[in-house]
Amino acid sequence: MGHFMIQRSINYVINLVKGLWSLIIGLSITGEFFVRRKVTVHYPRQVVPKEASESFRGPIELVGSVKDPSVPRCISCMMCVTACPSGCIKVVKNKAPKLTPEEEARYAEAEARGEKVKRPSAPKNPAVYEYDFTYCSLCACCIEACPVDSIRFSNELYLAGTSRDDFKYDLISRLERKAKEDPKAASELLPGPRGPKKMVAAEAAASSENASEVSA
Amino acid sequence: MEILSFWTIVQLVLALVAILIFISGNAIILVWMERKIAGYIQRRPGPVEVGPEGILQCVADAVKLLSKQILKPTHADSLLYWLGPILIFFAVPLIFMVIPFSPFFTAYEVDLGILLILAFSGINVLSVLVAGWSSNNKYSLYGAARSVSMSVSFEIPLLLAVLAIAFQTGTLNLSTIVAKQGGWPWQWNIFVQPLAFFIYFVCAMAETNRAPFDLGESESELTAGFHTEYSGMGFALFFLAEYANMVVVCCVATALFLGGWNGPFLDGFWWFLAKAYGLLIVMMWIRWTYPRMRFDMILNLNWKWLLPLGALNLLGTAFVLKLIETPCIKEFLEGWGIL
Amino acid sequence: MSQLMHPDSSLFDDVRGDFYTVNFEKGSRENTFILNLGPQHPSTHGVLRVLLELDGEYIMRAEPVLGYLHRMHEKMGEIKTTGQYMNNMGRVDYLHAMAWNWAWAGAAERLGGIEVPERAEYLRVIATELNRIASHQVGWGAYILDLGAFTPILYAFEDREFVLDLLQMMSGSRLTFSYFRLGGVASDVPPRFFEKLREFIPYMRERLKMYHKLVSGNMIFKERVEGIGIIDREMCDRYGATGPVSRGSGIAHDTRRAEPYSVYDRFDFKIPVYHEGCCLARTLVRLDEIAESLNILEQAANQIQPGPVQPDKPLKVGYKLPAGEAYFACEGGRGKIGVWVASDGGKNPYRIKLRAPGFSNLSLFAELAKGTMIADAIAILGSLDLVIPEVDR
Repeated sequence: MGHFMIQRSINYVINLVKGLWSLIIGLSITGEFFVRRKVTVHYPRQVVPKEASESFRGPIELVGSVKDPSVPRCISCMMCVTACPSGCIKVVKNKAPKLTPEEEARYAEAEARGEKVKRPSAPKNPAVYEYDFTYCSLCACCIEACPVDSIRFSNELYLAGTSRDDFKYDLISRLERKAKEDPKAASELLPGPRGPKKMVAAEAAASSENASEVSA
Repeated sequence: MEILSFWTIVQLVLALVAILIFISGNAIILVWMERKIAGYIQRRPGPVEVGPEGILQCVADAVKLLSKQILKPTHADSLLYWLGPILIFFAVPLIFMVIPFSPFFTAYEVDLGILLILAFSGINVLSVLVAGWSSNNKYSLYGAARSVSMSVSFEIPLLLAVLAIAFQTGTLNLSTIVAKQGGWPWQWNIFVQPLAFFIYFVCAMAETNRAPFDLGESESELTAGFHTEYSGMGFALFFLAEYANMVVVCCVATALFLGGWNGPFLDGFWWFLAKAYGLLIVMMWIRWTYPRMRFDMILNLNWKWLLPLGALNLLGTAFVLKLIETPCIKEFLEGWGIL
Repeated sequence: MSQLMHPDSSLFDDVRGDFYTVNFEKGSRENTFILNLGPQHPSTHGVLRVLLELDGEYIMRAEPVLGYLHRMHEKMGEIKTTGQYMNNMGRVDYLHAMAWNWAWAGAAERLGGIEVPERAEYLRVIATELNRIASHQVGWGAYILDLGAFTPILYAFEDREFVLDLLQMMSGSRLTFSYFRLGGVASDVPPRFFEKLREFIPYMRERLKMYHKLVSGNMIFKERVEGIGIIDREMCDRYGATGPVSRGSGIAHDTRRAEPYSVYDRFDFKIPVYHEGCCLARTLVRLDEIAESLNILEQAANQIQPGPVQPDKPLKVGYKLPAGEAYFACEGGRGKIGVWVASDGGKNPYRIKLRAPGFSNLSLFAELAKGTMIADAIAILGSLDLVIPEVDR
């Protein structure tokens, strides 16, 4: 019994000393971090490096066609509108150009002659492409649904606004603006999570080329 | 009783003004320091925007707090509710009066300096109780109850630690205690009384409601403890008083244990301030490292460890003092040049 | 200035409380009082509300009140197509979104009989394990924050940023992931991903040592959590507790091992088990799980082979599930995540049921908190590592 008590008291003292030592270790760790380099980015004076935001999914944007980067590849098929779970995309198709009375008369005449008349059809690209970022959950459904790879994610990290309306984007004018700044960037397809789905297959091909590198 | 002369009164008034300026200036520096230390420990820069390195951030905060609407919760006891923050700030300038920053910078020298400090710091507890009770908030009530029971119990080992020094120096006058110590660390009281210093420092952290003893506030349990309902100026006063109290306990520790204004060279109040600020930094460092202790752990620490240790330390001190005052031992020691 | 109220003033009717406060049955003890812990409270991690009956600091009775963050995720499944529902999963439990992604993808794949390419399985494992590390870092850091230490959570978040960088490379998001697709994952990873992953693993192991030194070894922390909130095996069975909560009580059950799905049977990993059943055990289980996740990641990075990450013909967003029902369970950061889906072959699933591990784990709290002090109750609540959005769904 007495032996047991002594053993217990010795253990108690050992634990106490260990405990007090752990407190000093705690202080030494925080003290060490005190003098180490800071790791935060001081926004807005600094921003994260470009490669960090490369793969970031920001609000969606339209991809310009190869011929004219300021015109989207979009064919107004409405697949994105259907696919969107939150209903944040609004697309209005372009109407066929209005004919002047003379033209109308000419076509009518031709029809009356029994010729096969082909009236000018509506341009495929949309008249309006509105996007409400406040509802968007960045799920990429629209991007995957798009048959012509006309949508991709932008990588805008630092979004701030003073009203909800700041995040209702007119994507067509946005694309025009972007195309003016950098026509190549506005029309290119991106790899990685931001890109359209066709790129998945392209990347798989690329990664099998890099097979040795990956399995290394 | 001696009647205060005109010049003494002028001196007191001047000192009071100086102390109030010192307290507010100190609070600004300390809040800034606390934030910077917290930031650096957490690997971020802390405040940097307002003023050079963010030193004016606290001024901006103070202006914000001043401009806030004065709110009182429904069914709160008005008189007590407003008395709380005023009361907590009330004692602080008085305590500063007797702290000897240097032989010259001592506002009012009294023979019972330590006693005065201990007596006035008790008001702190009262104001916490009043604030917590009158807020008509359950969290406040809990915070107040915890804070009061903790402060009351920690005052005892604090007193014992201070008494050991008083025994050793034979005086309650802070200036005399400081004057009896030398400039080098081995001439300080902490060298003779390390245990008393440890007990004093732990109790001081508990008395000022600093982590890991911040039970009265314990924001993860009681949202903000006794000052949950205070906003604007009421909150600012509690905040200010917390830092003022920290300065007080660190100043007293400096005077009692760390040799006060004595330095290896160029004695003066700068030494006093440097030592006090060193202690404050340690307090902040501790706050940003440890988790909070539980209520029963703190009371166990107090009653089972600090109180017996303090009592033993006091007894030991008394015994040694008695021993060396015995004529034969005294002669022997003097012969060896120790005394 | 002062508005003195007569005790009979009608204003008192407003402060009497809502349905739960009014109908809260007090125990037989006299002189107790009721405290509403939450829904806005620093350590209820969101909007959990706990009604407490207190005798001084001691808790006589505790009753969690749920539903402040109910978002109808199950009902939403009935108006969304299979592909559209995936992004809901990232929001059920935002801390371990990948596991919920997997649970839904797994259930739908099981019902639809969809094959997943091998590379996609590996990417799923990597994504889920990375996310598990991130989840446990938040759980661990926030737990220490509940106990009153401010700094460790920021160290945890510092490391979590590296995990999130990796996850962003994979999925493009940093929190509410929508990475999984029926039959695969959304996109392949860039080649430099594995390089970064291999850099991260040894770094994180070093940091884990620091975590242990700073927190698990700390005297105050140990005193706070050791022997507090002891759950025994029987209690775990009774309430259906899973995940680190049950593994802290000596139950070596892990869905990854018990019902191996995907490629988990190819990895060599331990299931950390502690038998104490206290808050400390649960915390240590989480820290050990980070280490085990790192092991899995290391093996996965070595085993992964190039290949496609989606079926040759990727499924459409509006993929229709065949009639029938299926259940799929996977191991999330908080326990066993289960998704049951029934379909009548229509456009949308007929009914979806989500089994949230947090819900079962929270139900332990009422019994555990009885007789403890407020500070202990907070420690217990934190050790269950709850994510309230997941509990309420």
